[in-house]
Amino acid sequence: MSVKSPILDAKIPDGPVQQKWSDHKASIKLVNPANKRKYTVIVVGTGLAGGAAAATLGELGYNVLNFCIQDSPRRAHSVAAQGGINAAKNYQNDGDSVWRLFYDTVKGGDYRAREANVYRLAELSTNIIDQSVAAGVPFAREYGGTLANRSFGGAQVSRTFYARGQTGQQLLLGCYSALMRQVDAGRVKLFPRREMLDVVLAEGRARGIVCRNLVTGEIEKYAADAVCVATGGYSTVFFLSTNAVNCNATAAWRCYKKGALFANPCFTQIHPTCLPQAGEGQSKLTLMSESLRNDGRVWVPKTKGDKRPPQDIPEGERDYFLERKYPAFGNLAPRDISSRAAKEACDNGYGVGATGFSVYLDFAEAIGRLGESVIRERYGNLFAMYHEITDEDPYRMPMRIYPAPHYTMGGLWVDYNLMTTVPGLYALGEANFSDHGANRLGASALMQGLADGYFVLPATISDYLAEHRPDGMTTNHEAFTESVKAVDEQTKQLIGINGKKTVRDYHWELGRVMWEKVGMARDEAGLKEAISDIQALREDYWKNVKVGGSNEDLNKSLEFAGRLGDFLELGEVMAVDALDREESCGGHFRKEYQTADGEALRNDDKFCHVSAWKYTGDNKTPELHKEPLEFDDVKLTQRSYK
Amino acid sequence: MKFQVKVWRQKNRQDAGRFETYTVEDVIPEMSFLEMLDLLNEQLLKRDESPIEFDSDCREGICGTCGLVVDGMAHGPKRACTTCELRMRNFSEDKTIVVEPFRAHGFPVIKDLVVDREAFDRIIAAGGYTSVNTGSAPEANALLIPKDIAEKAMDSAACIGCGACVAACPNASASLFVSAKITQFSLLPQGAAERKRRAVRMVEQMDREGFGNCSNHAECEAACPKSISIENIAVMRREYMKGALAGA
Ligand SMILES: Cc1cc2nc3c(=O)[nH]c(=O)nc-3n(C[C@H](O)[C@H](O)[C@H](O)COP(=O)(O)OP(=O)(O)OC[C@H]3O[C@@H](n4cnc5c(N)ncnc54)[C@H](O)[C@@H]3O)c2cc1C
Ligand code: FES
Repeated sequence: MSVKSPILDAKIPDGPVQQKWSDHKASIKLVNPANKRKYTVIVVGTGLAGGAAAATLGELGYNVLNFCIQDSPRRAHSVAAQGGINAAKNYQNDGDSVWRLFYDTVKGGDYRAREANVYRLAELSTNIIDQSVAAGVPFAREYGGTLANRSFGGAQVSRTFYARGQTGQQLLLGCYSALMRQVDAGRVKLFPRREMLDVVLAEGRARGIVCRNLVTGEIEKYAADAVCVATGGYSTVFFLSTNAVNCNATAAWRCYKKGALFANPCFTQIHPTCLPQAGEGQSKLTLMSESLRNDGRVWVPKTKGDKRPPQDIPEGERDYFLERKYPAFGNLAPRDISSRAAKEACDNGYGVGATGFSVYLDFAEAIGRLGESVIRERYGNLFAMYHEITDEDPYRMPMRIYPAPHYTMGGLWVDYNLMTTVPGLYALGEANFSDHGANRLGASALMQGLADGYFVLPATISDYLAEHRPDGMTTNHEAFTESVKAVDEQTKQLIGINGKKTVRDYHWELGRVMWEKVGMARDEAGLKEAISDIQALREDYWKNVKVGGSNEDLNKSLEFAGRLGDFLELGEVMAVDALDREESCGGHFRKEYQTADGEALRNDDKFCHVSAWKYTGDNKTPELHKEPLEFDDVKLTQRSYK
Repeated sequence: MKFQVKVWRQKNRQDAGRFETYTVEDVIPEMSFLEMLDLLNEQLLKRDESPIEFDSDCREGICGTCGLVVDGMAHGPKRACTTCELRMRNFSEDKTIVVEPFRAHGFPVIKDLVVDREAFDRIIAAGGYTSVNTGSAPEANALLIPKDIAEKAMDSAACIGCGACVAACPNASASLFVSAKITQFSLLPQGAAERKRRAVRMVEQMDREGFGNCSNHAECEAACPKSISIENIAVMRREYMKGALAGA
């Protein structure tokens, strides 16, 4: 039995799941419109979550300070999302509904998400589309002028809205323009090229942040009545991932070290259709839409180390391993299953390509059946991108793909109001843990970021602000002085070590450990090794890293050094969490816990809970708190993709 | 592979700047241009020299963060491609590669290859939006937009805001960037009420930021990684005239 933690009160409203959000909104305390401008709210991040929140809070009349690392809010990593965004509009009349999206998301998350949150997400999905269209997002349309949809990530209904292969970009630009309107109106003040390096707590409440001005190197401090962190996910802990090179865990991690609990750190998603790594100089991995799996067939040679070019390998000597192992879903098996199967094939020596770490995604059969022109119409841009990067023509020979870390379901623990365990500190978007359980469905992250930013946070924050009126807090408070001092010392320490190995050298090594031992298939021995490997690496890092340059101007090596320092702690907590969770669920696969035919085996008696970790000091094992999960509306069942 | 690169080094805004030439070893043809610079930076750091600062983020051609002038061309010699998408197999070892920042009055250099493009944000703030508050949007399908119009709007909306158009233009004009946003909104029914005012305000802000005038060189279109057409500039002129005449 898990014990309900006294510090993890999810504050889920009473009543039927369909009524919770509307009842809750009706009971939230409001801030008098005339008083709103007296409140300052800090929003860190300008992605879909942060950008939407900052814009909406500005519209409501709050005084908003909005921060990001890039030179412009429009460059947040949300910009890179390709595939689309889900919404339960049921425009296709194919039986979709809020209930079905709710059901699919709970089930897709392998029963490790909160029902109440997921229902709210499904409910708000329709408003997101309305809002985005009103902002001028040019979604794909039918000839009649209505919005077009496609089916995505194995869903049985067509509920995904898209703008060519640039859905994230267009949604973000919609949100960015709303944000810039508030900047124009003087309600939002932007702080680009700033990196949040600490959250400042006074009397137990979040009252501001400390950041580094990435141009001047100055350590700056900002006071507020509440702080919202919308700083994205931490897939770059693996070094190579589909995320942008500046993605990081630093803001969230510094919140953790100030007392906010970190939930389900081991829940990460590995995407099956990425371009394989070409060498040690690789800096990131490019994702290709998994829609490719609709027509591509995944295979490896049946013989280990077969170096013949693919066209010389006869049909009978090919192993279409997804079709073989998962006949019902075949090449469309869920992300985690497909990814694991590909890595397994390569680890066992069946991989193809120069490095042996890729599998074929073959369109020959589809081209034969449908003709090249149909394939060109469907995937032309993806094929061109692939050709461009690899110099191989996928119309003539199979693509080579390999899985890559892509999304992190874990993040700061938040209650139903998106507040962390620190009063006045909120977390939004990929930075929180809230809605995707152990596995995120395709096209659901954009939805969650915008739901949190446009609708949830702006509604729930007033409850807190109404209770905590502006009290004249300034950055002269000693809590700011202490925080600035600590940040400044750490920055100088990093520069001062002047050792032998670069930040990239260490990040690369950490990435190897994470990928091999805390990646998509984990076991007790490997995780224990990972923990000691990471500890040793971390110790060495703080003695031997070479950062170069100065802390008094633009210094990217220094930026990366700070982020890596945090990854070297987070990586360990991910392993600790994965070790503790003695079951397989969603993206978390423990080799010891699988069915006879290799399926993930959940343990609902012991692990039907959120694991939230509390910082207890540097180099100490964090303390585990559990939030039990209850499933009243979607019955707990084992998933099967056979 | 082994390359000679001649790179612009500039300590800060005030510094006059100069070129430095370096040799990068162990490059493989699959490497992206930025990965080659990463490799050079690793080699520099290990020799206790200061790494070359340059901006990048997504490294897949969508965020618009990267932007270098390579061999005299914004985003390098390949068409419809960002710097981060360039591959080393497109370069020959026999020729020194010249790397410079985007140069324009509106984009002051911060350090080495990093420039300040905040002027673009200020131009968008001057009207590059529709004035709809969160929560007040009508049902999405209440507004029918013909497919071809939506597609055209998307062609303009595809701009990644990298600033290559400015860097490529002999007048350092920001017309392609500004016109893409104005055109997107001029095609769509959303935000029509503020259409005239938007065009006038955005164009005036562009002028205020010190960008030059467009004199139809079309270098911007050639450099644009998203192949945004200069037809957008014609639309902008029309929209601006209509707005100015209406006294918006
Ligand atoms: C290649 C790719 C394709 C994807 N495709 C899809 C898809 O088709 N559909 C879907 O639903 N999801 C998709 N996803 C997932 C989805 O894009 C992300 O989960 C989502 O956009 C995250 O939004 P966010 O607002 O939480 O964070 P981000 O967009 O990552 O924004 C983070 C913000 O925080 C700022 N920041 C970070 N750290 C700091 C700091 N320390 N100080 C100051 N600022 C900081 C950054 O500057 C940035 O502004 C995809 C992801 C990737 C990587
Ligand atoms: S780094 Fe994003 S476009 Fe080049």
